[in-house]
Amino acid sequence: MKRWLPLVLFLVLVGFFAKGLFLNPREVPSPFIGRTAPGFTLPLVGDASATFSPADMKGRVWLLNVWAPWCTSCRQEHPVLMQIAGSGRVPIVGLNWKDGDREAAALLARTGSPYVAVPDDVDGRVGIDYGVTGTPETYVIDQAGVVRLKHVGPINAEIWQQKFEPKLKELGA
Amino acid sequence: MIRFILPALLLALSLPGFAQDAPKPAQPNADDPAIEARLVNLAEDLRCLVCQNESLAGSHAALAEDLRREIRAQMKAGKDDREVIAYLTDRYGDFVLYKPPFKPETWLLWLGPLAFLGIGVGAWVVALRRRGQETPAVDETRLAAAAQLLKEDQ
Repeated sequence: MKRWLPLVLFLVLVGFFAKGLFLNPREVPSPFIGRTAPGFTLPLVGDASATFSPADMKGRVWLLNVWAPWCTSCRQEHPVLMQIAGSGRVPIVGLNWKDGDREAAALLARTGSPYVAVPDDVDGRVGIDYGVTGTPETYVIDQAGVVRLKHVGPINAEIWQQKFEPKLKELGA
Repeated sequence: MIRFILPALLLALSLPGFAQDAPKPAQPNADDPAIEARLVNLAEDLRCLVCQNESLAGSHAALAEDLRREIRAQMKAGKDDREVIAYLTDRYGDFVLYKPPFKPETWLLWLGPLAFLGIGVGAWVVALRRRGQETPAVDETRLAAAAQLLKEDQ
């Protein structure tokens, strides 16, 4: 028994290090899960006289996708979002984050838009209120306006099936 | 030999110091040096969320610049350091703090080293006690024989 003790301690340490090695440092636990999504009112891309506010989506489960025209992984994600939007599974709102060059309207006209609304967050303040660290980031917000899920990085088919679908089912969407 | 190894070793140890740039402080803001000093002082202990091993004071990431702008605005509005930190942890969690707060989730983190020290001291005390017990009992006849041998030698 005594002879095995160092080996056991060593294996425990290896276990901790292995866990640490495979953690994704970008997956910062979001303090928003279970909290009401911060409110905001922003003008829409393409029609600055209209505005969007999360209160407009009350009673529905929806996705808030934070993206930007200058963001390359958002382009990677774009076809997946188009597919989700096409299936009518859940409405997606695309927060246009820090688009200093004002390219969003032209880009969406060219590639097609998966969004029901594109609020325009030029100075990035709303993004900061949501704890955004980089694009793309996607939030699942429930009927009561509470954040239920946050995903950092582009969504692909696999992540959609494994992370988003179960959560949407749980929320009855 | 050591005369050659030691300087080489010291030189090798000092090299990483040259390889890294010293963190550059945030762009000084001429209109209020007091706020700028407070900002840099506070942001040294905050993590930049983009370049995670850089402080918020030293990072050139766009988000770090935005966050410094927000902190500056809050300080100008009269918020104290604790309120500014609460503003950040509300949004980004304790992950922005290089010094994590002491609370149930971090007890292991803060108290773990003390626990290990305790285990070490405990093991040491046990080992010392055991060694004390292990001294063999003195055999009277062999002691007498040894004394006899010593006497014969003289």
